[in-house]
Amino acid sequence: MSVGPYRLPTGGAIDRAQALSFRFDGTSLTGFAGDTLASALLANGHRVVGRSFKYHRPRGVLTAGPEEPNALVELRSGARREPNTKATTAELFDGLEAASQNRWPSLRFDIGAAARLAGSAASAGFYYKTFMWPAAFWEKVYEPAIRRAAGLGRASGVEDPDTYEKAFAFCDVLVIGGGPAGLIAALTAGRSGARVILCDEDFVLGGRLNAERTEIDGQPAAIWAAAIATELEALPNVRVMRRTAVVGVYDGGTYAALERVADHLLEPPFGQPRQRFWRIVAKTAVLATGAVERPIVFGGNDKPGVMMAGAVRTYLNRFSVAPGRRVAFFANNDDAWTTAADLRAAGVDLVAVIDSRAEVADHIRAKAGNARVELSAAVADAKGGYGLTSLQIATPKGRIALDADALAVSGGWNPQLGLATHLGGKPQWSERHAAFLLPADLPAGLTVAGAANGMMTTAEALADGAAKGATAADAAGFTAAPAPLPRASDESFAVAPLWQVAASRTKAFVDFQNDVTASDLALSVREGFTSVEHLKRYTTLGMATDQGRTSNVNGLAMLAALTGRGIAETGATRARPPERPVAFGALAGLHRGKHLKPTRLTPSHRWAASEGAVFIEAGPWLRAQWYPRPGEKTWLDSVSREAAAVRSAVGICDVSTLGKIALFGRDVGAFLDRVYCNTFSTLPVGKLRYGLMLREDGFVMDDGTTARLSENEWVMSTTTANAAKVMHHLELARQVLWPQLDVRLASVTEQWAQFAIAGPNARALLERLLGDVSDEVVPYLAARIFDLGGIPARLFRVSFSGERAYEIAVPAQYGDALAHELMWAGEGLGVTPYGTEALGVLRIEKGHVAGNELNGQTTARDLGLGKMMSAKKDYIGRVMAARPALIDPDRPMLAGFRAVDPTKRPRAGAHFLKIGAPETPENDEGYLTSVAFSPALNRWIGLGFIKRGPERVGERIRAYDRMQGGDLELEICAPVFVDPEGTRVHG
Amino acid sequence: MRFSFLSIAREALRGNRGWTPHWRDAEPKAAYDAVIIGGGGHGLATAYYLAKNHGLTNIAVLEKSWIGSGNVGRNTTIVRSNYLLPGNIPLYELSMKLWEGLERDLNYNAMVSQRGVLNLCHTDAQRDAFARRGNAMRLHGVEAELLDRKAVQRMCPFLDFDNARFPIQGGLLQRRGGTVRHDAVAWGYARGASDRGVDIVQNCAVTGIRIANGVVEGVETTRGFIAAKKVAMAVAGSTSQVASMAGLRLPIESHVLQAFVSEGLKPLIPGVITFGAGHFYISQSDKGGLVFGGDIDGYNSYAQRGNLHVVEDVAEEAMGLMPMTGRLRMLRSWGGIMDMSMDGSPIIDRTPIDGLFLNAGWCYGGFKAIPGSGLAYAHLIAKGEPHPAATALRLDRFRTGHLIDEKGQGAQANLH
Amino acid sequence: MRIPCPFCGPRDLSEFAYLGDAAPVRPAETSDATAVFDYVYLRANPAGPHRERWYHASGCRLWLTVTRDTRTHEVLFAEEAAP
Repeated sequence: MSVGPYRLPTGGAIDRAQALSFRFDGTSLTGFAGDTLASALLANGHRVVGRSFKYHRPRGVLTAGPEEPNALVELRSGARREPNTKATTAELFDGLEAASQNRWPSLRFDIGAAARLAGSAASAGFYYKTFMWPAAFWEKVYEPAIRRAAGLGRASGVEDPDTYEKAFAFCDVLVIGGGPAGLIAALTAGRSGARVILCDEDFVLGGRLNAERTEIDGQPAAIWAAAIATELEALPNVRVMRRTAVVGVYDGGTYAALERVADHLLEPPFGQPRQRFWRIVAKTAVLATGAVERPIVFGGNDKPGVMMAGAVRTYLNRFSVAPGRRVAFFANNDDAWTTAADLRAAGVDLVAVIDSRAEVADHIRAKAGNARVELSAAVADAKGGYGLTSLQIATPKGRIALDADALAVSGGWNPQLGLATHLGGKPQWSERHAAFLLPADLPAGLTVAGAANGMMTTAEALADGAAKGATAADAAGFTAAPAPLPRASDESFAVAPLWQVAASRTKAFVDFQNDVTASDLALSVREGFTSVEHLKRYTTLGMATDQGRTSNVNGLAMLAALTGRGIAETGATRARPPERPVAFGALAGLHRGKHLKPTRLTPSHRWAASEGAVFIEAGPWLRAQWYPRPGEKTWLDSVSREAAAVRSAVGICDVSTLGKIALFGRDVGAFLDRVYCNTFSTLPVGKLRYGLMLREDGFVMDDGTTARLSENEWVMSTTTANAAKVMHHLELARQVLWPQLDVRLASVTEQWAQFAIAGPNARALLERLLGDVSDEVVPYLAARIFDLGGIPARLFRVSFSGERAYEIAVPAQYGDALAHELMWAGEGLGVTPYGTEALGVLRIEKGHVAGNELNGQTTARDLGLGKMMSAKKDYIGRVMAARPALIDPDRPMLAGFRAVDPTKRPRAGAHFLKIGAPETPENDEGYLTSVAFSPALNRWIGLGFIKRGPERVGERIRAYDRMQGGDLELEICAPVFVDPEGTRVHG
Repeated sequence: MRFSFLSIAREALRGNRGWTPHWRDAEPKAAYDAVIIGGGGHGLATAYYLAKNHGLTNIAVLEKSWIGSGNVGRNTTIVRSNYLLPGNIPLYELSMKLWEGLERDLNYNAMVSQRGVLNLCHTDAQRDAFARRGNAMRLHGVEAELLDRKAVQRMCPFLDFDNARFPIQGGLLQRRGGTVRHDAVAWGYARGASDRGVDIVQNCAVTGIRIANGVVEGVETTRGFIAAKKVAMAVAGSTSQVASMAGLRLPIESHVLQAFVSEGLKPLIPGVITFGAGHFYISQSDKGGLVFGGDIDGYNSYAQRGNLHVVEDVAEEAMGLMPMTGRLRMLRSWGGIMDMSMDGSPIIDRTPIDGLFLNAGWCYGGFKAIPGSGLAYAHLIAKGEPHPAATALRLDRFRTGHLIDEKGQGAQANLH
Repeated sequence: MRIPCPFCGPRDLSEFAYLGDAAPVRPAETSDATAVFDYVYLRANPAGPHRERWYHASGCRLWLTVTRDTRTHEVLFAEEAAP
């Protein structure tokens, strides 16, 4: 088994005893436990990992972290395929499969690379200037081609088989990042007794300490980090969350975090989610997210083999991988020279050290040993077809060529402050750091520590972390003493800004992933896109999946130079959440499929199912829609039978979904007078009344009945759809508008099961259960309480169908039993369960309005209920309902409709035109809202709104329907189709 | 310089050195015939049509920041005219027609991509409402089709047809709807206006509106007083703030609407799809990112950022609708500040102050309305009377009750 | 965002429903249409501290008056709407 040609013989934090096999583009390879996919690929000599977005240039690994712009792969396969996964953060596991992306047919030979031939014609924003002719070609030719070439990885296209969870956590101190500053901050806060959560996105705590050969307290830094991690985990008040990235800062100390529970496994263990999305509420937080090294913009700086200097150290020291055989390095700062020392220590051939500065201190220079050193020099162009082979170096003496297969680059370090700016803070430019530092207006409760705070050396970071940990714990109400500081190095990080190498002759990349070059920036400025936001949007700088972590500051600095403004004046673009890309699945958690929203079942759901009900989603509810019986061929057969049974015998229907609100108090009558447009204060005990509720803007909000059960106890029903809305509205009226009234409210929708018992045999059925329910005991619109075998049963004499009907309510737990009882009591009486469809048929036959008519755009007058609006009292909506447009006699008003040809079916949603009138908006007279087949009339009937409807009964009009083929001639009729005299309700 | 394939080829050979700014970054003059406050989509389009259609070129667009920094660059780029009410359809359809010819009119490719807008329905009542809407559109000469479940499945087989909490019943399709590259709209109109002599003044914040005897005289700005006989506001998101400088109180609240984009992907979904059992809409950009959004956060805000509950809602609805999105990643979110009007529809009208004009209250509809709004607003400013497509979009409709309440939610801004 | 409910303690935004500006007062019964129009439709919509109505729908079901800065979302104060 090969350990990989670039794997060093010893060292690193990998477990050489645990070999892992994996596949890349179909090739079998081997890595070790502790590797990332990137380190394993590099160890195996795979320098080209993917292709760039626009020019399809071969790209390799640039970094060793989440800032990686180049090494994106499709990880896993089949339904688990994850496009655009950064190889630098993908933990290696046995059986891992990955494929390069954005190339066709292969990584080595990619047709898309022909885009390079377009050269400077395909400069920034070129697409705004062309593809305009001929017009039809955009959607048909140009755009599909652009779309195919663009994009990056391929989605699986099928449902994700893994599950996700969401969770809340609460703490006193949240520490974000487990590098030196974060570790010691967490230790300090933890020792004070504060509840601490430490989140780190890596699978090993320590941050850069794992990548450096530096020592803390005389031992390797990684060992020190592991010891602190052990101590933290032993503290009961500290929770250490590895593989957990904080991805967003929201208002009120709410932090979003993503825990990668099983991304390092072939698949999640049984019962475990793939990822868990956390909402962490923290009193205070310490941001210790470190810094990210930035590239230098020079020709060919995207060649595979060119790598960040810090990443080179990570691969050498943590993963024991050499970046190449002949390595050069190019920097503008002291810190990067550590790389030279590390390369030498690892026995890698250091061919040259190129520093743009004229002077470098001797002790720094010593790190290069005997290697060739070029000062006041720069790499002008990197050369190589499919990977770096040589360098062109610009020196004061002229251009020098140098063979190298790897180049370590460092342009300095950028503190990672994205999270600190999510709430709007603007980072401040620091000349000393040549970087943006923390904003003046930090989110409340957030402090910044370590390299993120510009404390660039290990010793500084530790001191800052301890101090900020104490500050955070103190602010959360604890008394903390900073942890004693260990001995650590205080390396120089002196830097002299270098953004771009002027001597470059070839394409020099600023944003690698989006292929934004130095000349794109220059062009953009030439074309007037000089504000940082314009530049970003015109060139797409910083908008790729790495969110510009390796490109933004270089781009800004180059923009500043091009416009002659300072960097501080140029300003930075604002970081937007999420700080790391987050899977939709994680954000959705368990809310998917049938569990997208909770499902509410009626109290008699099981009974209805046993009766063979077909269920329908009605908002959150599942309701019985109809009950098919043997021999019925279509839903219409069933519905018509059910509706007919109500008219001829008796039907029962669960109506528990209607909102029910209990009202108590001396002033309920007065209160109802104000929230209903009709009067309720005169309602006697034991009676109920239909009420119409308006919004304050004068349109109808809801309708229903309210019963007075005793002097001070009332119960209101609302429509199913508006139950919650009416409750909010009534609570507002009670608490805010009229707090002086003695009224208390409770939603009791879920407390009561309620059934409609409708039809000429309804009384006979109920008498078997309740005894005497004759008109003397339960007259029309009465509300009575019965004892049903020890259970309180409320009986309301109301009818939605126009038949003699009652609604009976019992505590919800008895709902299912009551359904069975009702069926038993109805034996021999023709009792028939009916669903929502038959309910609809019956109410349309009677011209009762429901959801399709109560659409929020109709007035009481429109509904034919104008007379309900009391002239004797004030109520919500009274004044606005009198506005001219609301009382315009030309408004469409409720009417009934039937097709002139009785065999034809009109369709709801049709508009009304006068017969022969041109099809213009001016001739639009209204629309059809509800249509049903009436078994009583043996034809289709409908309700709708038409101009001056009540005056036009008998007139024929056209139903204009281009949507569903319901374009027919209709006759306007009264909206009450069955029993217009209203005698059956007493029958 | 005229943009064309030829000009690109020519410039490529010259190292792209001949390109010039797309618009002049003008210094403000002391006086103009008219100033437009707000260098967003609406303001720039208004300037363009004032110059092009009405010959009014001694005008300026005053932008407090850089042009296009507001909602024109912070939306989900959807264009459509599938409205229900006669007050709205004409303007949005006018806009749709202008989108269709925009690149040639402006000589600027804003990538108007008419790949269809499909609104899904999940209940009979919703289907009825869509039929009503589709028929209303057809009466206005706007194409619309009602698809059944099978037709939706043919078009979008990746939607959840097996295990959905709210099964898909069908959808209302407007084939002419689609998306437009949002920033390019601002830049294209700016270029077109600038070429016709309009001054585009960036970094010039209006701090006051000078009024004498009920007549507007000009605006105070961070760059001095600018006299103008006509002052036109086009500052959706900040309308209440600017209007208060003239003592006006409006039926508008400012609310934050978040939008989101995924990592870039190879082509995955066609057109725009909206979920009917919640509030979620999604499309795929030319670059490959899934662009999506949901409801406003729901509380008054000027912060241009929102909170997690909406982020989670949107992701849940994405998963509910398209289970294949599970492993795709949200890359970036942003927030725009909407003018939420009290009936959910916009206002293009005069104000009680002579010479002061109002273009506001765009709610969710602002981006798609840009060309039509600009054209109608320019008409109003130039002629003093409403454009025929905007006769219903009046400020006094709230007083008279001629509301344009598409959703039927009433006078609560955050419900529209 | 978290709202410090005076009864339930600080709770996540998702538990609350929002109505809007708390300043408009419903005119007494006798008042004219203009006053009602102002109450129903016109809003100051300030950029800054805003007294506004929130309903703790998934909590104590009380309407609260919350003072919140609309520029920063910082919640400055929360109290019962009608103590």
